[in-house]
Amino acid sequence: MASPAQTSPPESLKATSSGVGSILKRAWSKSYVWVILIATVVGGVWAEKITWVPDYGKVTHVTYWEKWQDFERDAMMKVVDLYNSTEGKKKNIFVDFMPTADIQDKTIVATSGGTPPDIAGLEAVDVAAFADNGAIVKLDDYCKKYGIKGEDYIPVYWNMSVYKNHIYSVPTTPVTTALHYNVADFKAAGLDPDKPPQTFDDMDAIADKLTIKDARDVYTHFGFIPADPGWWNWCWGYWFGGKLWDGKSTITCNSPENIRAFEWLASYSKKYGPTKMTSFKGSFQFSSPQNPFIAGTEAMQLQGVWMYNFITKYNPSLSWRAVPFPHPADRPDLANATIADCDNLVIPVGAKHPDAAFDFMAFVERQPNMEMLCLGQRKFSPLVKVSDEFYKNHPNPYIKFYIQEARSKNAFSAPQMAIWNEYNKDLGTAFDEVTSLHKTPKEALDDVQQRTQQELDHYLMVDKARKEAGK
Amino acid sequence: MTRQKQEARNGYIFVSPWFIGFVLFLLYPLVASLCYSFCDYSVLKTPVFTGLDNFIRLFHDDVFWTCVKNTAYFCAIFLPASLVLSLGLAMLLNTKVWGMSIYRTIFYLPSLLPLVATACVFLWVFDSKGVVNSFLQMIHIHGPDWLASTAWSKITIILLSLWGVGNTMIIYLAGLQEVPQSLYEAAEIDGAKAWAKTKSVTLPMISPVILFNLIIGIVGSIQIFTIPYVMFPQGTPANSTYFYTEYLYDNAFKFHEMGYACAMGWILFVVTLLLTLVSLKISNKHVHYGGG
Repeated sequence: MASPAQTSPPESLKATSSGVGSILKRAWSKSYVWVILIATVVGGVWAEKITWVPDYGKVTHVTYWEKWQDFERDAMMKVVDLYNSTEGKKKNIFVDFMPTADIQDKTIVATSGGTPPDIAGLEAVDVAAFADNGAIVKLDDYCKKYGIKGEDYIPVYWNMSVYKNHIYSVPTTPVTTALHYNVADFKAAGLDPDKPPQTFDDMDAIADKLTIKDARDVYTHFGFIPADPGWWNWCWGYWFGGKLWDGKSTITCNSPENIRAFEWLASYSKKYGPTKMTSFKGSFQFSSPQNPFIAGTEAMQLQGVWMYNFITKYNPSLSWRAVPFPHPADRPDLANATIADCDNLVIPVGAKHPDAAFDFMAFVERQPNMEMLCLGQRKFSPLVKVSDEFYKNHPNPYIKFYIQEARSKNAFSAPQMAIWNEYNKDLGTAFDEVTSLHKTPKEALDDVQQRTQQELDHYLMVDKARKEAGK
Repeated sequence: MTRQKQEARNGYIFVSPWFIGFVLFLLYPLVASLCYSFCDYSVLKTPVFTGLDNFIRLFHDDVFWTCVKNTAYFCAIFLPASLVLSLGLAMLLNTKVWGMSIYRTIFYLPSLLPLVATACVFLWVFDSKGVVNSFLQMIHIHGPDWLASTAWSKITIILLSLWGVGNTMIIYLAGLQEVPQSLYEAAEIDGAKAWAKTKSVTLPMISPVILFNLIIGIVGSIQIFTIPYVMFPQGTPANSTYFYTEYLYDNAFKFHEMGYACAMGWILFVVTLLLTLVSLKISNKHVHYGGG
């Protein structure tokens, strides 16, 4: 049993407790207390205009969400700082830069909730879906006002900013891809490193010579693995002259060119064994010393302008070169084909300060600022005009080559479709099915064709109904 | 105002924070999602009523059925395996051995780790050149490609999920400790051996706990998401790890098909409810409640 000393609170505490209790009791019984409480809760929930941002006086704060991390983030941070300390200061605009993971999903959710950032840094492939959903602002008038014109940009990148004849974004840092190969591996196999593969036939023969097994019949070195890094499983048909969509109402996924491309992919699985290639590649992250190309155990890899950064970081002694990805021997017109992609800036619908946001975006698009950003990220500028200083200061020895690829007539990008994410995912599944030899290229692509055509038909039907209903 | 009314009023006031939260964050989204399941709705565009179109499309969607099969496969193997494994562990951890609290902590610890972190670490463990295959290599077994093979990818997820049975185990352990010792003593007097005691005393006495774990297990395993989402992005390889809730999430946030995702959500709810009701119905004859 507890002693009285343990159960009785001190007198002072008792007095305090009873005081608080009596105040609460009196407060509960007053009707005005309830009115205030309910009004606070209901008002707080429903007042859409209420913002909890402190009063900054005359300065307009522009919220900018961007996906980049590490040195890529730092490069944009420098541009933001420059703007805030110069033009922004004059115009009373301050850009709040916020690196944000999963930016596509978060921007959609924030926009639907009516609290989007003023600027979001999306990837070009997202622009069509965002524009189609009415999630981002048309920038035609802003571009006209600030003198931003399509002819100032490398066409493939400007085209990514335009959807259904309207400008929805402005480019920031672009990329192109190329075949990266290990010079030492070529030499070791008795190949001339000055004669990289030009056609797929060349590449297959070289890959064969560079693929080595040990005494236990285990591969110790690969010439080329189509699934490494496995980021662009939609692209293969383009190297063979295929397209994925006619730009209107027809999916062209199972065209002869696309089937030919997937047959070429399947030939690698048949030759080397599907599981042996995937096992060799492993599941380690691209950005790691275990990347087979960086580790020197894969002689050729489809990679982009960023590869320089990772080679320098993880294996600076690697001797490598970048050349155009091969083309079919019977299609020399497809030489210098490359995947072009780009990061873009958009203004989400419902942004609080769209004018100030575009003022900053226009600042980024100026040649010196764009070069500062692209040099910081060790990429190249999407602008047609490039200063000599940019080339001089750029550490990547192949930077002019990547730009040349971007200007190629065969540079291509992902189709600007509202249903692209589904289509891209299904093409990835078809890639897995073909390279694991579970389906023939025709079977896999016929399946994607049928499914995506249905999705496109449905999308077009609903879109038409919406337009007729004025929604 | 009478004292009874005063008390009732105070009661309502005290539950009002929960009630407001329930209405705003649960009831409203539930009702809204039911409405949106009959609409073409991308979150940003105005919803357009399309009747049963989303449900009809779902039943003709091959990927939907692939996800249903994958989820059913996972539940069919993981659920019984986790119930048996956690019960077995709980029984072992219910014995009187020196240092038992340390063993209990060790077996419970994995379930405390965040699933995302666990999945990231297990990417290395199950890599074709990872810990598991290196170990198998030592005993001259060529390990499979756990992460890139359609034949092994789901097994990998099941194995990893079983690693976190600590929560179920701890509930069993609590149930086992509630079994009266006198029943075991009576069984021993009747000549019962270990298996007879388990079958005739332990299992009937903890049957309500088994039922609880079964229902929680059904709800949890049917909603498997985090591990495949982190370890096998987009259901790779070849949709072999594309589960129901992942497809639902992709439709809602990646494909901008929120109406379609809401329809999927309601189908999931109905299926879960039916499975739970069936479990409760079947369990009527097999579950023994204390004193009953």
